[in-house]
Amino acid sequence: MDFPVEILPALAFYMFAAITVASGFLVIFAKNPVHSVLWLILAFFSAAGLFVLMGAEFLAMLLVIVYVGAVAVLFLFVVMMLDINFEELREGALDYIPIGALIGLILLAELVTLGSAWVVGEDITRNAAAPMPSVAEVHNTEAIGQILYTDYIYAFQGAGLVLLVAMIGAIVLTHRTRTGVRRQNISAQVSRRPEDAFELVNVKSGEGVSLTPGKKG
Amino acid sequence: MESLLVQYLPILIFLGIAIVLSVIFVGAAVLVAKQAPDDEKLSAYECGFDAFEESRNQFDVRFYLVAILFIIFDLEVAFLFPWAVSLGEIGVYGFWSMMIFLGVLTVGFVYEWKKGALEWE
Amino acid sequence: MVDAIYSLFGTEGPFLYLTAIVLSILAVVLPLLIAVAFAVYFDRKIWAAVQMRRGPNVVGPFGLLQSFADGLKLFLKETIIPAGANKAIFLIAPMLTFTLALISWAVIPFEARVAIADLNVGILYILAISSLGVYGIIMSGWASNSRYAFLGGLRSAAQMVSYEVSIGFVLVCVLVKVGSLNMTDIVLAQEGGIWNWHFIPYLPVYVIFFISALAETNRPPFDLPEAEAELVAGYQVEYSSMAFALFFLGEYANILLMSAVMAILFLGGWDAPLPILDFIPGWIWLLVKTAFGFWLIAMVKAFVPRYRYDQLMRLGWKVFLPLSLFFVVLYSGLKVAGVPLFS
Repeated sequence: MDFPVEILPALAFYMFAAITVASGFLVIFAKNPVHSVLWLILAFFSAAGLFVLMGAEFLAMLLVIVYVGAVAVLFLFVVMMLDINFEELREGALDYIPIGALIGLILLAELVTLGSAWVVGEDITRNAAAPMPSVAEVHNTEAIGQILYTDYIYAFQGAGLVLLVAMIGAIVLTHRTRTGVRRQNISAQVSRRPEDAFELVNVKSGEGVSLTPGKKG
Repeated sequence: MESLLVQYLPILIFLGIAIVLSVIFVGAAVLVAKQAPDDEKLSAYECGFDAFEESRNQFDVRFYLVAILFIIFDLEVAFLFPWAVSLGEIGVYGFWSMMIFLGVLTVGFVYEWKKGALEWE
Repeated sequence: MVDAIYSLFGTEGPFLYLTAIVLSILAVVLPLLIAVAFAVYFDRKIWAAVQMRRGPNVVGPFGLLQSFADGLKLFLKETIIPAGANKAIFLIAPMLTFTLALISWAVIPFEARVAIADLNVGILYILAISSLGVYGIIMSGWASNSRYAFLGGLRSAAQMVSYEVSIGFVLVCVLVKVGSLNMTDIVLAQEGGIWNWHFIPYLPVYVIFFISALAETNRPPFDLPEAEAELVAGYQVEYSSMAFALFFLGEYANILLMSAVMAILFLGGWDAPLPILDFIPGWIWLLVKTAFGFWLIAMVKAFVPRYRYDQLMRLGWKVFLPLSLFFVVLYSGLKVAGVPLFS
C-alpha cells in the first residue's frame, strides 16, 4: 500500500494540536460555563488524538474514559445544576484584575526561572531511551502492565491510598444523613408471612366485627 | 507507529461520516417539513399551565457524590485493565500486588457503606 | 476489512484507499440502520406477542415496513425548538447520541480481523464511547430548559455512571483469561465450538453484564429517565421530528451494540457452535447471536416491572459493584492458580 503515510502523522499532529490549543482558549473565553466545559471536552479529545500519534493507545483511551467520561461529567453536573447567575458573578470581576495579574506575573517568573535554571541530568536521556519496547512488539497496555504492578509497586499502592483518601474526603464533604426517611428493608419485606399481615374472620350477620387489634371478633 | 495511525484513520473518517449523516437527517427534516412555530408550541412542556419557576434549580448534593464515587471507581477499573492483560506474565507477585490495592479500596467501600453514602431515598 | 476492499480494486493509490475506508464504513452503517428499523419492529412484535396482541401488522406484509413508515412520518414533522432552549446544544445532543451509537461499531469484528478498525484496545474503545453516551442525555436534559427533561437527564446520568463501574469489572473478568484488549483476540480465545464459549465459565458475570447493559441503555426495567407515568418522556420530552428520531435510532443502535458485545464476550462472536457448521459464514453467526441477545432484552421489557429509583441505585452500588469486584478476584485467582478452564 503506497498511501502517503509520511505526511499523515504531521498532518494529524497539527490538526489535533491546533484543536487542543483553540478549544483551550475557548474554555476560558466562552461566556456560558456550560459551553466552557464542552470546549474542555473537545480539548481532552484532541489530546487523546495526540496520545494516539505517540503510540500511547492505552493512555488515549484512558483519557477519554476517565477525563471525558467521568471528570467532565462531574464538571457538567456542577455548572449545570448550580444555576448561578453568571452575569451577576461577572460584574465584580474587573476588581480582581490587579491581584490576578500579580499572581500571573509570579507564575510567569517562576516558569522563566525554572526554564533557565533547569539542568537535564546526563543519565536521564539514557534511561528514557533504554527500556521502551517497540509498539509493534509489545502493546502499550501490556508494557504498562508488565512493570506497573511489580517494579513500581510502591507508586501503585500509593495511588491506591490517594484514591482511598479521595473517597473518604468526598463522603466527609458531601454526605448528609437525613432524618425521617423511610427506607426499604428488603429482608423484612421478603420474610413477611401472610399471618402477620391479615386474618380471615367469619362475620356473622348483624354482629359486625371489632377492629381492635388482637381481639378476635 | 505509522501503521497505528492507519488503524485509527478509519475511525476518524467514520466519525466524520456519522456527523455528516446526523446533520443531514436533522437538516433535511427542517427543510422538507413545514415549519410553523407559535408561542404555545414553543413553550416548555407543562401539564396545562405555565411553569411556576425556572426549571434549572439547585440540586441534591447526592448526585455529585455519585459522580465523585464514580470517578474513583472508574480509576480503579482503569488500573485493572493493564493488570488483566499482563497477569499471565507478572504472575503471583503481580496478583497479590493488585489484591493489596483492591483491599485498600475495599476499606473505603466499606466505609462508604457504613456511612450510608450508598443509600438513596 | 478496509484492506480486503482495497485489494479488490486491483490498482493502488491514496484516494482508492480512502474510498475503501468509506466503502467499508458504509458496508457497516447501512445494514446497521436497516437492522435498527427491524429491531424496533421485532421489539414491538415480541412485546405484543407476550401480551397476546398482534402488534404492528398493517404497513407491508406482516407490518414489516412499520418502522419505515414511522420514520417517514417523523421526517415530515416540524422540528420544534422550545423558545427557552439553548438552541445549539439542544440540536447537538441528539446528533451526538446518534453519532456515538454509530462509531462504536467501528471495532466490532464480523470475522477474524474483519472490522473497520481492528484496534489493539478495541474493548477500551467500546467502553470509552459508551461512557460518552451520557453526554447526549445530560445535554438534552439541560438544553431543553424544561422541568421534566432536566429531571430525566439528571436521573439518567447518575444511573448510567452507576452501572458503568460493574460493566468495567465484568470486562476485566473476561480479559484476565484472554490477555488482550483486542476484540478479535477475545473471540479467538473461545474458538472451536459451543463448549469453548465464555458463557459456561463466566455465567455469573454474563448475567451481571446483561443487567448492567439494560441499565446502561435505559431499557426497561431501568427506563426511569423516560418513565412516562411521572416524567412524560424524560429528556426527550421537548424533541420532535428527526431530532427525536435520532435519539430513538441511537438508543436502538446502542441496544444492538450491547447485544453484539455480549455475543463477542460470552457467546463466541462469529464462531459456529459446532465445527461441522463452519461452512456458514461467521457474520451470520454473529447476527444470530446478536439477535438472541436482543430477544432477551425485548423479553425483559415485556416481563419485568419498572424499578424504583432507590432500588436501582441500591442494585448498582450495593449488589453489582461488590459482586463484580468479588468475581474479578475469583477469576484472576483461578487464572493465577492455573485452573484450566480459566487460564
